[in-house]
Amino acid sequence: MDLNFTPEEEEFRLKVRAWLAENLPASGLRGAAPGDQMRDKTALDRAKEWQRKLHQAGYIALSWPKEYGGQAMDPVRQAIVNEEMVRARAPGSIGGGVIMLGPTLISWGTEEQKARHLAKILSAEEIWCQGYSEPGSGSDLAALKTRAEIVGDEFVVNGQKVWTSGAHYADWMFCLVRTDPQAPKHRGISYILIDMKSPGITVRPLVQMTGDRGFNEVFFDNVRVPRANLVGKLNEGWMVANATLFHERNALGATTTTQALLNRLKQLAASVMRDGKPLTKDPVFRQRLADLEIRVEAMKYHLMRQLTDTIRGRNPGIAAMVNKLVGTELNHDLSTAAMEALGDYALLARGADQALDRGYWPGEWMFSLGLVIGGGTSHIQKNIIAERGLKMPKAAR
Amino acid sequence: MDFGLSDEQLQLKESARVFLSKECDTKKLRQFIGDAEGFPHDLYGEIDKLGWPGLIVPERFGGAGLGMLDMSVVLEECGYAGLPGPYLFSSAIAAAALVAGGSNDLNARWLTPLAAGRAIGTIAIVERNDSLNPVDLATVARREASCWVLNGAKMFVPYANVADFVIVAARADGEAALFAVDRKALGVNVSPPFKHLDATRRVCAMDLDAVVLDDSCKLSGDASLYERILATASIAIAADSLGGLERAFEMAVEYSKVREQFGKPIGAFQALQHAAAEIVADLEPARALVWYAAYALDALPAEASRAASMAKARMCETFMRGADRAVLMHGGIGFTWDHDIHFWFKRARFNEAYFGSPGYHRERVARLSGY
Repeated sequence: MDLNFTPEEEEFRLKVRAWLAENLPASGLRGAAPGDQMRDKTALDRAKEWQRKLHQAGYIALSWPKEYGGQAMDPVRQAIVNEEMVRARAPGSIGGGVIMLGPTLISWGTEEQKARHLAKILSAEEIWCQGYSEPGSGSDLAALKTRAEIVGDEFVVNGQKVWTSGAHYADWMFCLVRTDPQAPKHRGISYILIDMKSPGITVRPLVQMTGDRGFNEVFFDNVRVPRANLVGKLNEGWMVANATLFHERNALGATTTTQALLNRLKQLAASVMRDGKPLTKDPVFRQRLADLEIRVEAMKYHLMRQLTDTIRGRNPGIAAMVNKLVGTELNHDLSTAAMEALGDYALLARGADQALDRGYWPGEWMFSLGLVIGGGTSHIQKNIIAERGLKMPKAAR
Repeated sequence: MDFGLSDEQLQLKESARVFLSKECDTKKLRQFIGDAEGFPHDLYGEIDKLGWPGLIVPERFGGAGLGMLDMSVVLEECGYAGLPGPYLFSSAIAAAALVAGGSNDLNARWLTPLAAGRAIGTIAIVERNDSLNPVDLATVARREASCWVLNGAKMFVPYANVADFVIVAARADGEAALFAVDRKALGVNVSPPFKHLDATRRVCAMDLDAVVLDDSCKLSGDASLYERILATASIAIAADSLGGLERAFEMAVEYSKVREQFGKPIGAFQALQHAAAEIVADLEPARALVWYAAYALDALPAEASRAASMAKARMCETFMRGADRAVLMHGGIGFTWDHDIHFWFKRARFNEAYFGSPGYHRERVARLSGY
C-alpha cells in the first residue's frame, strides 16, 4: 500500500496545473456548470474551443490507444488530470463522445468507423448525443421500440427517443433500435450511428425542473441510415450498449466533484448562524457534516482501490457495481444538507436577489437528483448489485 | 500510487480464512463459548504456531514485525469466524501499546513472551462512567519514592480474567498516561467475567488498590500515546467488524437463495434484494476506509487519529445495521439461539459500543477536520 504518486506523476500534475492556470481564464469558462454550454451557440462554440485546446495539450482521453488519438497512458494520469480540472473548476469534454462512444467504438467499431469518428470526437469537431431511453422504456430499456427496418443497404428508422441530452446541438447520435421485433427483447436490438442532419429527424427540447433546457425528445420519421453505421453485429446491440452504460456509470461516480461539494458545504455551514453560532458548531448538524465527510473520504479510497485494481489487472468485482449508486446519492445528500442549512434562503436560486452562496445550491440540489435518476435509477442499480453481484435469484418481472 | 492489499497480504488473508474455517467453525464456536474463561487454549496453541501473537511485534522482540494493515487482514478473518478469546485485545492493542511506549526492560518482561504466545495482554481504559475522555479518568497514579502507586476502578476490561498483564490508563501528573500492570500484582482485583450479551467475548471489572509499580511500568510518551492506542483499538475493532459483517451478510444472502416462500426463493423479491444491495453499498467503501486507517497508523501518523475515528464510526455502524438487517432477512429462524446469526448480531453490538460509539467518533472527526 502506497498512497504517494511517483515523482514523474507529481511533475505531470504540476504541468497540468500550470497549463490550466495559464489557459483557463482566457476561455471564460472557469466555474461553468455542467450544461452551461447548452445555453446558446456562443456558449457551445466556446466550450468546443476549450475542448480543442485540451485535446491539443494532450489532456483528453489519455488512456486511449495512440493510434486513435490517445496516449496509451495508465489510468492514474487521467485521474490526475480529472482532479486538477475539478480543482481549477474547468469544464471537460462535451457530450457523450469522449467518455461513452469513443471507448465503445474502440472495442466494437469497424476500422472505418474508428477512422471516420474518433479524431473528430476528440477535437470536438463532432458532438455526440445518446439515443437510448424512450417514453415507454426507461428503466426497462430493453423494451425499446424505435424500429429500424433494413431496406437495401440502409436502415429506415421510425420512432422516438427521450431524455436525449444535447440533441439540440449534437452532430451525431449513437442509437439503440429494434431490428428484430420477433426476437426476445434483449436479442432484437442493434446499435447504430445516426447523422443528426439526416432528413426526418425532429428535436423538441424538454425543460428540466431547474428551468434549463438540456435534454430533448427526438422523433424519427423514415430516417435513412447507412448499414455501415451498424456497431457490432445485427441484433447484438444490447451487448454493445452495456459497454457504453458501464463507461457512463463510472464517469458519474468520480469523486473529485464530490469533494468540491463537501468543501463548499463546509464553507456554507461555517457562515450560516443559528442561535448565535455557526451551523458547524450545532451539535446535530456537526454530526451530519462529519458523517458526510466520512462518506466522501470512504468513496475517495473506494475509487482509489479500483484504480489500483485496473492497473494491476485485478477484477474489482462487486465493488465497482456500487459506484453510481453511492456517488450520485452522496452528491444529492451533500446538496440536500446545504439546502437544509440555507433555511428560507434555499428557495433563492441563481440570479435571485439576496441569494446566499451565489444561489448555487438550488440548481445543484435539483440537478443532483436528476443524476440519481439518470444512467439507471438507484432502484435499478440495487437490482443489478443483487442479481449480478450477489447472484440473488432474478426478481419477478 | 497503489491502494490495496499486496499479494502477501492476500495470501495471509486466504490462509487465515482456511485455518479459521476449519479450527473455528460454528460447531466449535458453540463449544468454545460454553467455557467460562472464554479462552480456547488448544485453538490458541495452533494460532501461536502461525506466528499471529507477535504479528505486529518487532523482530527484536521475537515478532513478525508486520504492520497494522497486515494485522487488519488477520482481524478481518477473526471477525468473519467470530473468534472467541483475547487475540485482538492482546496482539493488536496491548502489543501496540508496548511497541509504541515500552522500554526494552518492560518489553522483555511482557512483549517477548506475548509474541511467543506465552503471555496475554489487554487494555483497561474506561471506568464506571464509561468515558474515553482523558479528563474523566479517575484512576490516578501517584508518585511515591521511586515508584508509582495506582488507585482506581476500571470497567469493561476484555479478558482481564485470563490476562497476564493489563495496559491501564491513569492520570499521572495531571496527564493521561499508560501503565503495564501485572495482573497478579498485589492490590489488583479482577471480578469474574460479566454475564455478557456477546458470548464470544469476556469482560471484567478490575479494581486497583494501592498497586505499586516500578518506573519501567510506565509507558513513555505524552497524551499522544493515549490517542495512538485509542486509534489502534478503533482500527482493530473496525477490521473485526468488516469480517463480521461479511459473515452475517453472507449468511443472509445464502439463506435468501435457499428459503422458498410464495413459490420462489425469497431472494427473488426486490425488498430483500434492495436490502442486500444497500449493505454492499455501505460495506465496500467502508472496507477502503479501514485499509486507509490501518495504513495511516503506520505511515501517516498526523492523519492516524482522524482516519481511525472515520473507520470506527462508519464500519461499526454499518456492521450493526447490516447484522440487524441480516437477522431480519432470515425471518423467524434468525431469532433463534440455534441459528448462528445472533452471535454476529451481538458481536456487532460489542464492536459498536467498545472504544467509542459512532457518534463519539464522528465528533472526533468533526474536531480533527477543523469544524
